Amino acid sequence: MTAAIEVTGATVRYGDVLALDDVYLSVEPGRVCGLLGMNGSGKSTLFKTVLGLVTADRGRVRILGMGNTAARRKGLVGYVPQSEQVDWAFPVRVRDVVMMGRYGHMGRRRRPRPADREAVEHALLRTDLTGLADRQIGALSGGQRKRAFVARAIAQDADVLLLDEPFAGVDKRSEATITDLLLQLRQAGHTLLVSTHDLAQVPELCDEAVLLQRRVIAHGTPEEVLEPDVLLEAFGIHPSEEGRSWTP
Amino acid sequence: MDALTALVEWFTVPMQFEFVQRALLVSVVAGVVCAVLSCWMTLVGWSLMGDAVSHAVLPGVVLSYMFGMPFALGALIFGGGSVALIGVVNRTSRVKEDAVIGVVFTAMFALGLVMISRVPSQTDLGHILFGNVLGVSDGDILQVLLLAAVVLAVVWYKHRDLTMYAFDPVHAHAIGVNPRLLETLLLGLLSVTVVVALQAVGIILVVAMVIIPGATAYLLTDRFERMLMISAAIAFAAAVTGVFTSFHLNVSTGGCIVLAQAIAFTLAYLFSPGQGVLWKGRTARAVRATRAGH
Ligand SMILES: Nc1ncnc2c1ncn2[C@@H]1O[C@H](COP(=O)(O)OP(=O)(O)OP(=O)(O)O)[C@@H](O)[C@H]1O
Ligand SMILES: [Mg+2]
Repeated sequence: MTAAIEVTGATVRYGDVLALDDVYLSVEPGRVCGLLGMNGSGKSTLFKTVLGLVTADRGRVRILGMGNTAARRKGLVGYVPQSEQVDWAFPVRVRDVVMMGRYGHMGRRRRPRPADREAVEHALLRTDLTGLADRQIGALSGGQRKRAFVARAIAQDADVLLLDEPFAGVDKRSEATITDLLLQLRQAGHTLLVSTHDLAQVPELCDEAVLLQRRVIAHGTPEEVLEPDVLLEAFGIHPSEEGRSWTP
Repeated sequence: MDALTALVEWFTVPMQFEFVQRALLVSVVAGVVCAVLSCWMTLVGWSLMGDAVSHAVLPGVVLSYMFGMPFALGALIFGGGSVALIGVVNRTSRVKEDAVIGVVFTAMFALGLVMISRVPSQTDLGHILFGNVLGVSDGDILQVLLLAAVVLAVVWYKHRDLTMYAFDPVHAHAIGVNPRLLETLLLGLLSVTVVVALQAVGIILVVAMVIIPGATAYLLTDRFERMLMISAAIAFAAAVTGVFTSFHLNVSTGGCIVLAQAIAFTLAYLFSPGQGVLWKGRTARAVRATRAGH
């Protein structure tokens, strides 16, 4: 079976900074893979490499057996960045932003058809944003903005979803909404790569987990990767006992 | 004679002159095309780029006159060439983009000035710099209409992609739309639009036409489609007011058009609901009053 995401020997540098060093990663279709690692361990860089936003010095990326340009053109990849570098004062409504997720499904003029509108309403509903859909995008709270970009990815209906810290800065309720949603997406056969610092959530959400520290330190079931010994080896620290909300 | 008749005649008397009709046509068309593009210019923050392109076309315009070519041809070559040059220098040196823009456009403008002092005297530098819309030829009008139609057609076809690029180029990339291509398209549209507006207001004031209407509309709405319509409406009104005022007072037409736009901006800046300074001031006072009451 072709892997949904396959990274072979990726090495990425930003000038003198070695961000990824010979990274191998393979995620089978229909699985949720958690990407764990300390700040600066290269998680975001790995997402950008898969997307072709940064160019690897060495290594290769395949998405569902295709090069990343071909996969992107086919609309197979959805991306929710860690921090959207967008102008929050931009005159678009939440609904317009979610509609941009549908652009790959539309003709060259990007004129929405009824099916596109339906997909947008559906995505808004699932992210609990229906009541806020007519607001200007900047008139949302941080967690709501996050959900709006998740909604855009859902509306896109991409086979492979890359979510860079979708839980950062969201409250428990939003977190539950998003977790439910991601599990439903897996149910529907999507493949998800999700980075997070919230280890407590990993067993519930993920089929497998990857521990990254510039290179892949461990890759296995959440139980295997979250073994105190593995974490100790990776970071030299134990997860805190209390609540297991350890933040590397 | 009552006020209404006076007002009607204020418009009808100048319209008896063919040169006024032509000036009005060129000003309105140029104004509206610039206004449409200005919405993206304001949002991506390209006002300096607009200034650059407009100044950089000078050598092209001079060359066109020298060789009797359509003015738009030379202008387009130099406008597009300068944008490309800015891009290349920007990518291949450590100088910041605004400095590169500053170097390229002043250099081009200087080249134009030197060239014009060598050109036979029938080209009037004043007309190129400040516009001469009351004296446009048939050929000029034809070029303006043609280029305006091209810009509007491309914008009509691509406006959603351009807005996506302006809002979130990373998303464009992720869904397989090349943001660099959209950027190039927008720069190309800017170059053509600048050339359209040259005839109406001249090199110096073109940048106003590709910034003010969009910036004004931005103060008045949170919706992009409305922003486009408001911007175009402002430019239309400013062109009409500008041309007639300039006729009656016998003053610079380009100056009047841009001044009318600037007045629209000032009004929006002061009175826009929710955004306007006075509005905000009142809200702040209300908040203070409530606090004081407690
Ligand atoms: N644009 C950049 N230029 C230079 N260095 C960068 C750039 N982006 C990231 N880096 C460096 O690359 C390394 C990996 O960064 P990356 O953003 O991938 O980490 P991360 O795992 O996503 O961290 P976090 O948990 O804080 O989001 C870090 O050392 C960072 O400083
Ligand atoms: Mg990161």
